[in-house]
Amino acid sequence: MTTLSEHIVEIISDSGEGAQKCGQSLGSIAAQMGYGVWTTEIIPAEIRPPARSVAGGSGVRIRIGSGPVTNGGDETDLVVAFNEQVLLGRVRAKELKSNCIILLENMWRGHADPTIAAAYVETYDRLVAAGYRVHEIPMEQECRALVADGRRGKNMFALGMLCGIYSLDLKLAADQVVQTFGKKDQHVVEANLRLLEAGHRWAAANLDFCYGIPAIGSTEPQIVVNGNTALALGVLASGMEICAMYPITPATSASHYLSDVFEQVGGIVHQAEDEIAACAFAIGASYAGKCAVTITSGPGFSLKQEGIGLAVMGEIPLVVVNVQRGGPSTGQPTKTEQGDLMTAIFGSHGDAPKVVMAPATIEDCFYSIITARRIAETFNMVVVVLSDATLATSQQPFPRPVFSESWMAPPVDQSAVPERARPYDWDATTGLAHRFVPGQPGGMHTLTGLAHDRDSHVAYDADSNEQGLRARSLKLAALQKTLAAPPVHGDATGDLLVIGWGSTKGAIEEAVDAMRVEGHRVSSTHLRFLQPLPPGIKEIMQGFEQVMTVESNWSDDPESAIIDDPNRRYSALAMLLRARYLVDVDCFSEVRGQPIRPSAIRRVISRKLERVSGKVATS
Amino acid sequence: MSPMSATECLLQMCDERFELEDYQSGVPRWCTGCGDNAILAAVQRLCRDEGLRPEKTVFVSGIGCSSRFPHYMRTYGFHGIHGRALPIAEGVKMARPDLTVFVNTGDGDCCSIGAAHWIHAIRYNMNLTVFLHDNQIYGLTKKQASPTSPVGTRTNTTPRGSYLEALNPLTVTLGVQNVSFVAQAVDWAPELLYDIVKAAYHHKGLSFVRIVQRCPEWMPKLLDPWLHDPGRVQLLHHRNGLLPGAGSVKVYTNQLEHDPSDINRAREIASNTQVVPVGILYRNPEVPCYEDLIGSDKLRTADVTRAGLNAELDKHTVWPRESHA
Ligand SMILES: Cc1ncc(C[n+]2csc(CCOP(=O)(O)OP(=O)(O)O)c2C)c(N)n1
Ligand code: SF4
Ligand SMILES: [Mg+2]
Repeated sequence: MTTLSEHIVEIISDSGEGAQKCGQSLGSIAAQMGYGVWTTEIIPAEIRPPARSVAGGSGVRIRIGSGPVTNGGDETDLVVAFNEQVLLGRVRAKELKSNCIILLENMWRGHADPTIAAAYVETYDRLVAAGYRVHEIPMEQECRALVADGRRGKNMFALGMLCGIYSLDLKLAADQVVQTFGKKDQHVVEANLRLLEAGHRWAAANLDFCYGIPAIGSTEPQIVVNGNTALALGVLASGMEICAMYPITPATSASHYLSDVFEQVGGIVHQAEDEIAACAFAIGASYAGKCAVTITSGPGFSLKQEGIGLAVMGEIPLVVVNVQRGGPSTGQPTKTEQGDLMTAIFGSHGDAPKVVMAPATIEDCFYSIITARRIAETFNMVVVVLSDATLATSQQPFPRPVFSESWMAPPVDQSAVPERARPYDWDATTGLAHRFVPGQPGGMHTLTGLAHDRDSHVAYDADSNEQGLRARSLKLAALQKTLAAPPVHGDATGDLLVIGWGSTKGAIEEAVDAMRVEGHRVSSTHLRFLQPLPPGIKEIMQGFEQVMTVESNWSDDPESAIIDDPNRRYSALAMLLRARYLVDVDCFSEVRGQPIRPSAIRRVISRKLERVSGKVATS
Repeated sequence: MSPMSATECLLQMCDERFELEDYQSGVPRWCTGCGDNAILAAVQRLCRDEGLRPEKTVFVSGIGCSSRFPHYMRTYGFHGIHGRALPIAEGVKMARPDLTVFVNTGDGDCCSIGAAHWIHAIRYNMNLTVFLHDNQIYGLTKKQASPTSPVGTRTNTTPRGSYLEALNPLTVTLGVQNVSFVAQAVDWAPELLYDIVKAAYHHKGLSFVRIVQRCPEWMPKLLDPWLHDPGRVQLLHHRNGLLPGAGSVKVYTNQLEHDPSDINRAREIASNTQVVPVGILYRNPEVPCYEDLIGSDKLRTADVTRAGLNAELDKHTVWPRESHA
């Protein structure tokens, strides 16, 4: 048995062949055994792509480590593929290590259709020649000895093999199978258990390798869900009662989950006729005293912008979740990107100050909703929560939350409004005003999206307009005063500081850790609040020779022929930091629809440090 | 203060009469002769007669001359954005079924920019009372063609006359699944307007009232043929519908007995553009309201939330194994 500190394994098949179920089960078993795991769904862009197509692979990628795993990591070490075409898709996407172990279903070699057989042989030969360690496995044949439909049983056979290869507890795996198929009848459960054991036996008898990863283990109960489920659980825990949405990838699964469970706690999911209506509906509910959430992705986020402006102007609390995907336009619906930061901050029209937060982990997805609701209602503001497709479709165990009543909104205030109180009695220092909610005697007024005075009367005079603008803006400053400086990962001083936001946290910190082990003086910090920016950032930056952001949105490559300082477009956060702190913040960005890998960040850090030391040497 | 007995409390409530002034706020800024004034008067009268508590009543509007309406009511109001009054009102009602919610929307607001919401609001059939202030023109933005402008209408965007046949808000509404109440009124027949507004208010479900509204500023002559010839107003009456007062019956002699449960007949009547049918075209109290179908019967208390959250977390929890201790 070879001992490893971590391995990346993936299971890939045509969609509908169960690779996803196999992978999710593997992740759960590993998590239960106390491994660090990060699972990522491999999703084809189409619902039912043709069988055996390069772009149609569906499955799961699991990074298993002895300690906590914070991101999907680099290339894959071992892959189980149900046909060579979906495997080719992964090879072409450069997802596999050059010496990756491939466990390949070999039924295609003797396929009745000669073109299929030939395609298989050709791919097999090429992969072997390229240095991949390919093991041909008669999965379907083995399964057919146990069940009538070998194709459908393959995924549990594969799970058994993987349990064998990674020395995972077969008893736990069996429990997992019972849990997965428990709702079906006993025959199904038994058949799958037989397949699991058969896979396990087969691996022991036929494969000449086997791994052990020492698990550090966790002593507390952990939750294993993806970021969208965590968001939905956050909505559940936050006390919000209404989620208004319109389906859009990759946000929809959060609403699917909510639709299933929200009613049990007195909530509803309203599927509106479009995102404009969803936003307006949520605004109506919030106005009436029950802060609501609307969940969407890029194109829907654009449609909501006018409504967001109304909520800003009327000072109506509102939580807007944008699970970012590749843009612009329909872009890459299933792929990840951090392209909406500027839209989130500057979206709508006129001066529309709103709060923008970005969860950085699966756990953050849960808590950020609770925080967002609370900020929205405390400051009567719009809070945008920027998640992305990476978080949406990845799982990472986190400590099981313990519910606190303080997470929930207080009951709707129906007390009488004191005489002469005004609906927008803006505090001169903080900009905050009380809000009168329908039902409160004496609080009657008409909320308007037009410029208004403290009585909520339409007012076009210069002073009223300016007072309103000032108050709405001051609230951001007031919130900023309550925020803490972000922690620095690594030393407080050094040659390079990497700044990130959102789902890149794990990869950035992993890269920074690796570079520090090699003796480099690099640290990182990660921003959860993008608007307002927390205090202390400038002071943190001052501890470093160089600062750069790492982001998953577009920036011009400074090496390109016509790109120079006056025309280079920087990544979103870099632009914000440059503008606010007058610091020469560089950026590295990748917009390839995939999470940025730690290895890519390591390379960038190396390059950057070389340049720094180069400069030092010549100066 | 000593606690009140139930009788005292009831007596006090009976005492609590509202006057018109309790619903009036500010001086309307509409042009003289604007039909919106008549609508405001009818609605304020309704609120008084029904004793609607001002703090429990919300008027939601979009943008347009007509959408200024909530500002002139001393109730809660929400003057929203162009076209989105209906989804905002739906959110209010969903969150707070205890509130009485009215919607004021213009023909541009409802039938153009907000058309998608209009169709779907009818289908949701939430318990809202919707007034379509149909002046057949864009008033606020200074005379552009609206979807309900008659073909040939000269406006600033159609100086040689509008090209398209007008959209008929009644037939459109009557064509949507789940429609439950459709009526039509004209601003210049205040008694009938009041009767219709009242019937709309009493209907449970979405009551849609198209009010033909004069815009003397931009369309001074448009409605003259109807105004000058009461015979072109077709008064709909039925014992299951509206029973107009003696005054109305005397003036509007073109009368038609119409049972508002008959949707096919309602569609026929609505399609006749030679006359303006006034009254209740369709009413079906049996159509369920969306808020009753979707609403959860659970109260969102901390205990319910804790139990629900923990039940969900249980499904996703991996417990530490003793062997790893
Ligand atoms: C998104 C948006 N587009 C355009 C406008 C400009 N606008 C304001 S009111 C209006 C039309 C008003 O017509 P109608 O709804 O019939 O109301 P009326 O003024 O006639 O009562 C338009 C186009 C706007 N406010 N918002
Ligand atoms: S422009 Fe027309 S609709 Fe607007 S207030 Fe004047 S008369 Fe009324
Ligand atoms: Mg109009």
